[in-house]
Formats: sequence, C-alpha cells, structure tokens
Amino acid sequence: MLEVKNLHASIEGNEILKGIDLKINSGEVHAIMGPNGSGKSTLAQVLAGREEYEVTDGEVMYNGNNLLELSPEDRAREGIFLAFQYPIEIPGVSNTNLLKTALNEIRKYKGEEELDTFDFLALLKEKIKLVDLDQSFLKRSVNEGFSGGEKKRNEIFQLAVLSPKLAILDETDSGLDIDALKVVANGVNKLKTKDNATLVVTHYQRLLNYIVPDFVHVLHDGKIVKSGGKELALELEDIGYDWIKNGSPEVVK
Amino acid sequence: MEKNITNFKEQFISYYRDFEDGLNGESTPELNCLRQKALETFNELPLPTTKDEEWRYTNISPLLKHNFSVASKESKLSKDQLSQYQFDKLRSHQLVFVNGNFSSEYSKLNNLPEGVIIGSLSNAIKNSPEIVEKHFGKYAGNEHQIFTALSTAYTKDGAFVYVPDGKVIEDSVHIIFITSKAKEKIITQPRNLFVAGKNSQLTIIEHFVSDNENIHFTNSVTEIFTDENATFDHIKLQEESKKSFHIARMEVDQERYSNFRSFSFSKGASIARNNFNSKFNDESSECTLNGLFLIENEQLFDAHTLIDHAKPHCNSHELYIGILDDQAKGVFNGKVLVRQDAQKTNAFQKNNNIILSDDALVNTKPQLEIFADDVKCSHGATIGQLDEEAKFYLKSRGIGEQNATAILLNAFATDVITPIKVDPVRKHIKNILSKRFKH
Ligand SMILES: Nc1ncnc2c1ncn2[C@@H]1O[C@H](COP(=O)(O)OP(=O)(O)OP(=O)(O)O)[C@@H](O)[C@H]1O
Ligand SMILES: [Mg+2]
Repeated sequence: MLEVKNLHASIEGNEILKGIDLKINSGEVHAIMGPNGSGKSTLAQVLAGREEYEVTDGEVMYNGNNLLELSPEDRAREGIFLAFQYPIEIPGVSNTNLLKTALNEIRKYKGEEELDTFDFLALLKEKIKLVDLDQSFLKRSVNEGFSGGEKKRNEIFQLAVLSPKLAILDETDSGLDIDALKVVANGVNKLKTKDNATLVVTHYQRLLNYIVPDFVHVLHDGKIVKSGGKELALELEDIGYDWIKNGSPEVVK
Repeated sequence: MEKNITNFKEQFISYYRDFEDGLNGESTPELNCLRQKALETFNELPLPTTKDEEWRYTNISPLLKHNFSVASKESKLSKDQLSQYQFDKLRSHQLVFVNGNFSSEYSKLNNLPEGVIIGSLSNAIKNSPEIVEKHFGKYAGNEHQIFTALSTAYTKDGAFVYVPDGKVIEDSVHIIFITSKAKEKIITQPRNLFVAGKNSQLTIIEHFVSDNENIHFTNSVTEIFTDENATFDHIKLQEESKKSFHIARMEVDQERYSNFRSFSFSKGASIARNNFNSKFNDESSECTLNGLFLIENEQLFDAHTLIDHAKPHCNSHELYIGILDDQAKGVFNGKVLVRQDAQKTNAFQKNNNIILSDDALVNTKPQLEIFADDVKCSHGATIGQLDEEAKFYLKSRGIGEQNATAILLNAFATDVITPIKVDPVRKHIKNILSKRFKH
C-alpha cells in the first residue's frame, strides 16, 4: 500500500528526516516509536502533504502512485487520514459542516453521488457512538473548547466517518486516561479491515496493548534505527531509548 | 484637476432648472424651499478632499472626473430580468426603482394592515404630505454634508414606508434599486424615508444592483424614525457594478424602547462610502449596526458610523467584518459617543478584517468618546490573514482549496451572518462567500 524509500525532508533549511524506509501492506498495523524530536510528527505531516516541509530526496509510492505529487486534499481523497497530534480549533465551523463537505468532496472525487442529508446524519450518529462522544459535539465548532481527550476522540470520530485506507495516528493516545484510551483503541480496531492499514505514532507501549501492531519501528534523529515485531515495544518500555545514543542497539534482546 | 471639480458641481447647478421643470406634483411649497436651500448649501460647500479628516483615506477624485446625467423616465427592464435579484422563498412586498424612477409596473404589494403605506416618496409627497413634511430632512441634515445637500436639492423619488402605531408588517419590504444600461453615465439619487410608529414592527431590505458593469453614480440618503417600542430590521445589500460609485447615508432616530437592527453588505462599486448614524433620543433603546464588505482589485469600501448615546440605559452593538483581496482598500471609522447623561450605557464595537493578498490594506479607527462614568464599553479592531493551519486541517480531510477558503471565510463572518433574520438573505450572503474566492 505505502512504500517510503530513502525519504529526506527539511523545514526552514533544517533536515529532519534523514532517509526513511518503510513499507506498509494492507491489513497491517505499524507502530513508530522514538524519543521527542526524533521526527515522528514530521513523517506523519509529510505523508499528509504539509507544504511547509520540503522533501529533498527519496520517494513515496502509495497504491502505485507517486504520493508526493498529490495535493493534501487529493491524498485524503485517495484514502490517507492523519489524526493530528495537536488538532487545531476552528471557531465558526461545525463538525457536521466539516464532515459533510469532506465526505461529499471525497465521494465526488471517486465519481460517487453526494450523500443525502438524512443518510449523512444517520452515519454521523452511528459513528460518534464509537468514540463515546455526545451528539452535541456534532454542532459544536471543530475542536473549539474541547478537552484534550475530546479532541483526540474527535479525530477518531472523523476517521470513522471518512473511513480511509491508511490511517496515521499521531500520538492519539497521549493525554488520555485509560478509559479514554480504550475507547479510542476500540474505535480504531473496529474500523480495521484487511484492506486498510494503520500507522500508529506513539511514545508509550500502553496503547499497543490495545492496538496490537504487526511491526514496530524505532525512529531516531530522522532515521529508522530498528524494526521488529510487537515485542520490540515491550523491550523499549523496559530499557528506554538510551541505547540508541550509545550506538549499540544490540543491547536489545 | 481643479477644472474637473468645478465641472462636477456646475453640472448639477446648471441642470437644476430642468429638474425643477420636470417635477410633477412632487413639489409642495415647503419641499421646494428645502430643495432651494439645499442647492445653495451644495453650491457653498467644498468638495471633500483627503485633507478633510472625514475623508482622509477616501479619495473621491475618480468620481469627480465624470459627468453624470439623470435618466429619462422610461427605462424598461427586459423580461425576467428582475427575477435574478429576487430571493426564492421570500415573501415580500416589492418596490422597484429603475434608474432612480419608481416603477409601478414591477412593484407589487401583498395585503397590508390598515394605514400602512409602502410606495414611492413621490406618491407620498402627493398623497400624504403631512407625514413627509413631519419627518423629511429632519434627521439627515445638509450641514457639512455636500452629498446629502445634493440629494435634498434633487429630491424627487425614493422609497417611502410608513407603519402607523401598533401595526406589524409580516413580510419583508424588498426594495430593488436597479441601474440599467444607458448610453450616458447615470446618476440616481434615491431618497428614502421609513417611519415606524409606536409598537410597530417591520423589515426592510434596500437592495442596490446594476444590470451592467458600467460607470454610474448612486447617491442615496435614507432617513429612519423608530417611535417608542418599535422594532425595525434593516438590511442593505450593495451589489452594484464594480465601476460604479456609491455614496450612501443612513440616519436613524430612535425613541424610547425602540430596537433598530441593521446589517449592511457591500461588494460592488469602485468606491463605496457609507455614513451610518444612529441617535438615541430617549432611554432603553437598542441599536445594532453590523456590516460585511467583500472587495477585490482596486475597490475601496469606507464605513463611517456614529452611534450617539444621548440618553441612559441604551445598548449598542456594532461589528464590521472586512474581507479584502488584491489591492482593495478598506476604511472603517466607527465612533461611539456616550454623552454625559448616558449612564448605564452598554456599547460594543469591533472591526475585524481578513486580508487575502499582500497588497490589500485597511485603515481602521474604532473610537469611543465617553463623558459618562457608569458605562460598559469596549472597542477594537483586528487585521489578519486566513489561518493556514486551519486550512491544512480542512484539506487533510479531503476538502479542496476553494471550499476550504469558503468555509473559513464563512466562519470568519459568522458573527454578522448568523444574526440575519431573513433566511433567504442569509443564504444569499453565504453563497456569495462560497463562490467568490477561487484561487
Ligand atoms: N520550523 C522548524 N525549524 C526547525 N526545526 C524544526 C521546525 N519544526 C520542527 N522542528 C524540529 O524537528 C524535529 C522533529 O520534530 P517532530 O515534531 O517531528 O518530532 P516528534 O518525534 O514528533 O516529537 P514528539 O515526540 O515531541 O511529538 C524537532 O527537533 C523539532 O524541533
Ligand atoms: Mg510528534
């Protein structure tokens, strides 16, 4: 589904990603872990098409197309969804309005008819239950005045409505208490099929108890320094990231 | 330059004989006297330049270069032309003025409560001169106002609405001022008078349009009187040719417990200048002056407003939203005057602008002048750009550039759009915002 090769990206002249290789097949869950500032969000944002980042080398193929040539909106229409680490507040724009416009633009892109209002509202009501948010959130402005946890749940709600092929969750777990974490993880798991894939960016192994990854990658200083199965996450939880700095990943058993 | 300006004035002075001869029943001795005096004032007053504080950022010399003529009486509209200015699903009484002349052919009224008059000023002068003379010229004086003086001197037609005490007009009064194609550059001077009696209620939409993109000049003056406990909703839509000139004044005189709410939308004209003033004559009244302007290329929009808190316990609320693209220029000068007597005043005033290009600019000056001590007042202004992060967020959900911009602009203007009570008008404005920006 997604193949990242030797991806280099910089912002304002600073190189942040320094040669990333990553392959994700449909049906898989990948986790990216790594210390603060290692470039996890940068990778997520570059994949979503944020223009501030300049890709200086490498390529990203997505379902056989050159992803880097697509506008952010076309990436979304092709099935990429980014749950933001810091979801922005947009006063004056209701959740419903955002999702209606988004869903209809995606359907139009695929040559499908617009959803009628009745079906659309039914869809919203069904999906919002998944993340345990009250229906009053539909009418509220996007993320405005939401608590940290509500913002994260709102991201997953949007994900549920737009049902993408590749979901990138950037620290969707941070700031959540354990109950909220279960709700979010449960939401993500329910949406999982053999045709879609999930890339989970996280600091904590905790989330991975609920969203079980097939692969875990460790990102450090803009490079993936180690990849493994789900046990790698557990090991990291024990020993932290200091071994990376010592330059001897072999320490990990 | 000097020569042009002299011409601008002279054309109206020398044409005046013809104008008087053309009056046909619109002359009462009292009105004629007002017209004569106004012509003298017009003659005496200098044309404004940017050296005048009130016109500092609005240079009207492009207007003064032209010779304008008054349209001949018979201006026909092509079939179905009006329908593009009407609102679907709006039940309304409709008054239509073509090139400044009232058209009984295109106007239509639904059933009205007894005593209510909706029609042309010209008919009102003939049929109800006592009402006209009681209010006409009482609120919009000519002193220091050369364009009002010009309007008063040339008073002939405009909209007239009179609602007697205790009456309610359910349907909106939709007044369409259309400037239609003509060989000459046309000047139209609608002179409107709206009188709302005690405990009355009404909604008026002044709608200015052109059926061409030519140069013309609209000089409009609206006088409004809201008697005790009257509720008056006023909407102005200025969608004229982008080459036209639009100078407008609105004066509101409010009695006790009255509520005047106004929304002004402006997207047309190369230069649009609005003077909107409201005065509280008595206690416990409310006034809302909201506005939205949407300009591009080299358009200039100017709003000068004054809310005069002469009496205690009144509330005023003013919010002007500007959206500017290209080299457009916005001017906002809003003054709230709280006089010494006006204790317990609540006054809120704000002007927020979004600039979509590098070259557009806004000169904004919200002003509070407070002479009472027990008041709650706030004012402010902002100038900013569209939030790129919010835009990226929308795009990351599959929303394209155009819709993302439209959504954010609608959100930016939501505080002036949401309160619009007339649904079809609110939709109309949202639609314009959604379609406008395509880059
Ligand atoms: N505009 C910028 N100019 C220079 N450096 C930047 C800029 N924006 C981000 N960075 C740097 O890029 C690096 C990677 O940031 P990124 O947000 O991708 O890290 P992260 O792995 O997501 O960290 P966290 O775990 O804290 O979320 C950081 O060192 C950050 O300071
Ligand atoms: Mg991050």
